[in-house]
Formats: sequence, C-alpha cells, structure tokens
Amino acid sequence: MNPQVKAVEYAVRGPIVLKAGEIELELQRGIKKPFTEVIRANIGDAQAMGQQPITFLRQVMALCTYPNLLDSPSFPEDAKKRARRILQACGGNSLGSYSASQGVNCIREDVAAYITRRDGGVPADPDNIYLTTGASDGISTILKILVSGGGKSRTGVMIPIPQYPLYSAVISELDAIQVNYYLDEENCWALNVNELRRAVQEAKDHCDPKVLCIINPGNPTGQVQSRKCIEDVIHFAWEEKLFLLADEVYQDNVYSPDCRFHSFKKVLYEMGPEYSSNVELASFHSTSKGYMGECGYRGGYMEVINLHPEIKGQLVKLLSVRLCPPVSGQAAMDIVVNPPVPGEESFEQFSREKESVLGNLAKKAKLTEDLFNQVPGIHCNPLQGAMYAFPRIFLPAKAVEAAQAHQMAPDMFYCMKLLEETGICVVPGSGFGQREGTYHFRMTILPPVEKLKTVLQKVKDFHINFLEKYA
Amino acid sequence: MASSTVDQSQVARNGLREKVLTLNSMNPRVRRVEYAVRGPIVQRALELEQELRQGVKKPFTEVIRANIGDAQAMGQRPITFLRQVLALCVNPDLLNSPNFPDDAKKRAERILQACGGHSLGAYSISSGIQLIREDVAQYIERRDGGIPADPNNVFLSTGASDAIVTVLKLLVAGEGHTRTGVLIPIPQYPLYSATLAELGAVQVDYYLEEERAWALDVAELHRALCQARDHCRPRALCVINPGNPTGQVQTRECIEAVIRFAFQERLFLLADEVYQDNVYAVGSQFHSFKKVLMEMGPPYAVQQELASFHSTSKGYMGECGFRGGYVEVVNMDPAVQQQMLKLMSVRLCPPVPGQALLDLVVSPPAPTDPSYMQFQAEKQAVLAELAAKARLTEQVFSEAPGISCNPVQGAMYSFPRMQLPPRAVQRAQELGLAPDMFFCLCLLEETGICVVPGSGFGQREALALTARPPTPKLQLLLEKLTRFHAKFTVEYS
Repeated sequence: MNPQVKAVEYAVRGPIVLKAGEIELELQRGIKKPFTEVIRANIGDAQAMGQQPITFLRQVMALCTYPNLLDSPSFPEDAKKRARRILQACGGNSLGSYSASQGVNCIREDVAAYITRRDGGVPADPDNIYLTTGASDGISTILKILVSGGGKSRTGVMIPIPQYPLYSAVISELDAIQVNYYLDEENCWALNVNELRRAVQEAKDHCDPKVLCIINPGNPTGQVQSRKCIEDVIHFAWEEKLFLLADEVYQDNVYSPDCRFHSFKKVLYEMGPEYSSNVELASFHSTSKGYMGECGYRGGYMEVINLHPEIKGQLVKLLSVRLCPPVSGQAAMDIVVNPPVPGEESFEQFSREKESVLGNLAKKAKLTEDLFNQVPGIHCNPLQGAMYAFPRIFLPAKAVEAAQAHQMAPDMFYCMKLLEETGICVVPGSGFGQREGTYHFRMTILPPVEKLKTVLQKVKDFHINFLEKYA
Repeated sequence: MASSTVDQSQVARNGLREKVLTLNSMNPRVRRVEYAVRGPIVQRALELEQELRQGVKKPFTEVIRANIGDAQAMGQRPITFLRQVLALCVNPDLLNSPNFPDDAKKRAERILQACGGHSLGAYSISSGIQLIREDVAQYIERRDGGIPADPNNVFLSTGASDAIVTVLKLLVAGEGHTRTGVLIPIPQYPLYSATLAELGAVQVDYYLEEERAWALDVAELHRALCQARDHCRPRALCVINPGNPTGQVQTRECIEAVIRFAFQERLFLLADEVYQDNVYAVGSQFHSFKKVLMEMGPPYAVQQELASFHSTSKGYMGECGFRGGYVEVVNMDPAVQQQMLKLMSVRLCPPVPGQALLDLVVSPPAPTDPSYMQFQAEKQAVLAELAAKARLTEQVFSEAPGISCNPVQGAMYSFPRMQLPPRAVQRAQELGLAPDMFFCLCLLEETGICVVPGSGFGQREALALTARPPTPKLQLLLEKLTRFHAKFTVEYS
C-alpha cells in the first residue's frame, strides 16, 4: 500500500482510543471493571460530553432542513428570516443542492462581514473566503497545494511542538518535511521567535521551508499568544518568506482575563502595507469549537489573503473536484458568523446560552489547572484558552523502564494504565510532540463540572498510586 | 510558463514581492488536475448569470445549467420523510410537535440515541455511526437477495467521492515503472482522472464501446492492461455502473467477466454504483458487483478485493448538499483496512446530518408505516420522471441530423455524439480549444445552455448533459440545442 499513508499517525483517535472502545464493549458485555463507564476525555467534542447546542442555531437549521416549518408559530421570526435568506441562496432553495465549490455566496459574504466586525473594521473580501468541511479540510487543502520539490528542495512545513496532530498527519501523507519549533513550557507555552529562527536555519540544510503553522489559541497547550508575539511571528514570516497558516478555531475560547484573542489577519493589516500586501496568510475557523460545539456538522472556513492571482484558480479547481462542503455545515457557519443581535427576539436567550457555555468552560479551565497543580508530580500551565489541559507528568525511572519493557512511550504506558484502572481516556503527550525526556497528556475540560471534579480526583489518586508503585 | 503576471518593475514599484506560492512553486500534481464538470465552461456560465442579473442583454433570459447531476438545484423536491426525520434530529424539541408523523419521530429518536450526547453536533467514530453502518449492511443484504454484508466492512463517507479518493490513496505506491496504474473507463466521471493526477498515479484508459451502447469489453481491458504494463504497475480497475456520463447499465455477464479479469490480473476492483437506483431502460437491471462476486463462489468470492460505493446525492433522493455516502469493502487485507480507518480518522468523521440521511435512504418507511404511501408516491414520481426524460432525450437526439445518442439506460445524463464540420474543428484549433469545448462555449454564449464537452470525460466530439432540468425545460433545452447544432453545422460548412 501507499507508504505515505502507512507513515500517518493521528493520536487523538489512535491506539489508546481504540483500547477505550474495546473496554466499553467489555463493560457492555457485563465484564467487571474498577469503574462503570469510560470517560472520553480525549477529543474536543463538547456535545458528546453533554453540552447543549445553541437553540437559535438549531432552530434555523431545522427551518432550512424542512422549510414547511416556516409556517409554524413555534419558531421566532428572526430564525425564519435567517433560514429564508440561506435557502434563497441555495440551488433550488434547498440544502440538498450542491453549492459552488467555494461555498454559498451569501454565507461567504456573512463570513467576511463577521471578520471585518471582529477585527474592528479591517476589511475582509468575500472572494478570499472559502467554506470548508471543518477547518481540517481547509488546512489539508492549503498544505496540499503548497507541497512541492524533491530531495533538499522538498517543502518544509514548520509546526509547533506540541501540535494538534492533524498537521503531522497531513505532512506525512503529502510526504512533505516536518520542521518542529518548540513552544516554551517554562513560559506558559510561549512562542519564541528565536526558536523559530533556530528551527528554520537547521531546516534549510535538508529542505525548503515555505510554510509556518501557528495554532492560536493553542492545541493542546491552550496558550493565547500576545499581540507582540503575533507581530514578531508575522515579521519573521515576512523575513523568511514563509506562507503563514493561522489555525484560530478556538478564537471564541479565551478564559484568562489577562489574555485576548488577536487575529493574525488584523495584526497583519495593522502592521502596514509592506506586510499586509505581501505576507500570504490563511486563517482558519470552525463550527466545532467555541460556544457552538457543532463538530458533527463539519462546518468551517478559511480566509486566504495575498494569494498569487493564478493560484486562486488552482485552489478553486482543487476544491471543485470534491464538489462542495456539506451545505448544512455551511448554514451552521452562517449562523455562527451572523448571530442574533440586540433588539432581535432571540438575542437574550442566545446571549444567555452562549455566556453560560463559555462561563462554564472558563470555570472548568481554572478548576482543572488548580487541581492538577495540587498533585505532586504533575505541573499544569495556565489554561488560557482552547479546551484542554496539557499537564506535565514527572515519571519515576522505574516507570520509564516498565514502559520500555512494554515497548511503549512512557506517557502512553501511563495513559493506558490510567484507562485500565479508572476508565478515563486521555491522549499521551507523545501523540502531540514534546521535548525529549518530558511527558504529558492531553485531557479535555469538557465533562460537566461535577463529573470533571470526579475525573480530576481520580486522576490525582491514580497518579499518586502510580508514583508509589514505581518509586 | 511564466510564473507571474506581475512583472518585476511593477513588483518594485508597488513594493510587492514575489509570492511564496506561485504556479512554479505549487504542488505540480495539483497543477495537473482537471475537473471538467466544474471547469472553464461553468466559470463562463457563472459570469453570464452575473451579467444577466446586471441587466445585460443576451439572446436568452436564463442560463440553463445542465452540466452537473444536481437534482434539487433543478427543482426536484426532496423526499418529505427524509427531511422530516432530519429536522427532528436537528431540533429535537419538534418531537413534541403534532405536525410530524410517528414513524418519523421514532426514526429520529433512534438515530439520536446512537449519537454522542444524543446530538447530531457530536463527532461520530470515523467509520460512521455504528447503528447506521448496521442499517447499511442490512440494506446491502436485502438488495443482494440475502447475501450477507458485515457492518465492519462498511465505512460512511463525505459523499462517495471522499471514499473513492481514500481507497485510491491507499493503492498508490511505487515509482517510475512500478508506479501504481489504475484502469478507468473512457468516458469517465472526471473525479477519477483528477484524483489520479493529484496522487501522481498512472491513469490507464480503457474505452467503452460507443457502437454497442457503451458496453465494457474485456478484450479492451486486456489491451489496456498489456500496454500499461510497459510503464507502470496496474493494480486497480474502476468501473462505473450505471455509467457516468454514458448511462449504460452493465449486464450480469459483463460484470462476471470483469470480476474474472480482475481476479486473473490481480487488480483491486472499485465499483462506483451511485446510480444504482437510476435504471430506466426496459431490459436493464442493476446487478451489484458484490452480489455477482459472492454468487461466483470461491476463489473469486473469498479472494477478489472489491470496494463498492454509494451516495445520497443521486437516486431518487438527490441530496447532494448533505454529502452522504458509504463504501463497502470486501476481501480487503485486515491490516490495510486498519490503515484506511486510520486515514479516515485524521478527518475525524463524515458530516453527521449526511450520515443520518443515508440511514433513511437505506431503511425507508416499511409498508406498515404511516409515511409509507407518501414516500413511495414521491419516490416513484421522481424515478418515473427521470425515465421519461431519458426517453425524451433519446428521441430528440435520434431525430436530429448529425447527432447520435445511445440509449440512456440509467444514471442521469445523456452523452450524445455530435458531428462537427471540419471548419469548426479548425477554428477550435486556432483558438487552442478542443472542438467540442468550442461548440459548448458557442452554445452557451448563444443559448445560455451549459453542458460539459465530452473531452472533459475523455471523449471527443461529444457532450455530457444532465437530464436534470424539469421536463418542460428539458424539452426546451433539447430543442434549442439541436437547432443550434444545425445552425452551427451550416455556419461552419
């Protein structure tokens, strides 16, 4: 088979998750375990963990799906208005038609308007907006179009370590060269331009570095980059002639009061024309995260600016082979970028629901950080944003040996034991990358507060036992 | 080729630098990709639509898009039951509404129970919701007269295209003379050529026989294979049945012969069967590759590797926008099957609303269900209209001089052959266009009718047009087209 496919790894749904699935089946068959359920804290899927969808969003979606409901008194007028607008922009006024490959026109316009508002008036052109099947699809497409060359001129793609393993997986599949730059754990996972420089210099030896990927807010690390940092990164990309990918799917998930989300687009624009007319930038967003949590809809968009005019045609051509992203996901994205505004009937309930979700997440972020930091042998950086904790675990030498005896990475060994003894499924740090000799795991903060507290307590107890066992 | 339309002095003046991503620096394989169904002719159609909206005068009042197999875009209504269940899934508050039939509610509840957090908004496992995969397996069993299907061999996908690309991706290996070759029909649905270009695999063409209603001849498969072995390692054989763009429905004997050939030559079989519900011609019947394979018994049934694809986009459903589909793999190496699942996992999962829709397609209302009658009526109406349009198309084309069209046995396209006068061919060459592209562009400019030139599917001097527009519009389209062809022939004599 294709050797590039063989090389692909995707830890978020990798071996530990398969094991969790097996254990679930065993539980279903009545096999006794030290726990009664498997807790899937491996994946950023809010609704799977009980988060409720936003009412307004589902109302508009239902109206679009079954337009007979437009006559029903049970739906607010503002939801109907949105649904009609979306349907009118669809072929045959139906979600069932293919859309243009770039996405439904009026939705792209709405996305552009959202971006402009978000960025305090910095203009966004609908023509630079591409709707995608989740952000993953857009990221994969842009990387695909960028990869070329052979041997020492093979395209190098700079990615953060730790990273969300979509990047390494796609790089593997495309047979591009992965160029790692390390985030600074001692410094809240900050991005240091000196480290970028180090990475790119070393890479030039064996590849042609052309792409720089940033995840902000970070996954798995949760750090929210400062504005200064973003400026430095943009300047670096400009200097080194790198195509910038800004994965901003957690832009609505910022919890730390000292942090703010700054979009790469906005900062780029505000740095003046030398940068804003030159730096090629693709920014990604999604319906899966934020306060929406609509993972299953596979909604997303990318804004791609400063593309060479001939490349745009190539990009659209590539997208056209898969016809179009799911139209229901496009509709979901539309509601995300065009939510109820003050004065509209649904505004209050919408705001309440949104604040409730985000408030809850912020609370759980703090809870998680605090609890982990109380456990000897665990250190957790502040969860400034996103939806994960990525604590560092200090493993005794004996545990490392035991892991090696089992031919597993030490943190995989730890996570497997955690799963087998508590039913809690998290992803070992080795799945995201980490500095040699350090160990971590990524756990979501998505279970409801009470369950989360239980989970955290169990992890604490497990960890203490583990330290004793392998002392 | 010049990499930039902006010359260096302009760059200097504007402070614009050379881009990181240019035609020269981009992925060369992506550059080679072509996809005619949404290619240049469609771009031009979009421009003309824009001009019409702006009030520019044209010899026509609307652009008739007969280029893509999109039923609902052309006015076909969605099946009520499908949309009711989906709406209930999307907004479960509606489960309390008296305006939905009980069976729809029951289905919705069943689907939601199988979703994480009981919501369409949760990711599913990467192969698709288990319950739905089981329903798909049962559908396949019923369809194939009881031949078992294993849900573990069923993978839901984002439309059939997604699964086809995934399987092809697995197959591509080697370099130079050992690079994977994939046999595809000519004419073909250009997803295949586009994907092979993107993957850097070797496209190996086998020609369907126009004179015999686009029949697949194993002798031609042999010819293609032997020639291919010179320069690549052929490892897969793609069959589209019912055919796109050709509409032919292969006979059972043909399918058996293809399976025997694939077995002998050790080729992985891909059977694109998205039009399995679209069979119109009397005397034609859909035979699934899976069924025929199993009925052929060992060694074929236990060794021949087969991937069969289906979708919610075609049939009587026409739910293109939901991107629902599945692949059933048979006799795949278990380790490779794991790898396929791994590959799918990187993209997390197919859209869950599409999965839900697929579930309803494979397990429609039963005769005792309240929604049964309406469902059947709607389904039959769609299929009957498609059959009527197939006949209408054949009839009009067969009466037009200089145009010949094979019977449209299935799918939703006609693929007529047109005679183009030599002077037209010459003019096309002067313009650097394929003759049928030239014809189609002229047709579009003068009549507003958008069809895809046959060269986009690998066939010269032909057109692919969908039977999608509603009957009166289709009638109009056919008349305009044949009149235009006659005029064109005279003009370039």
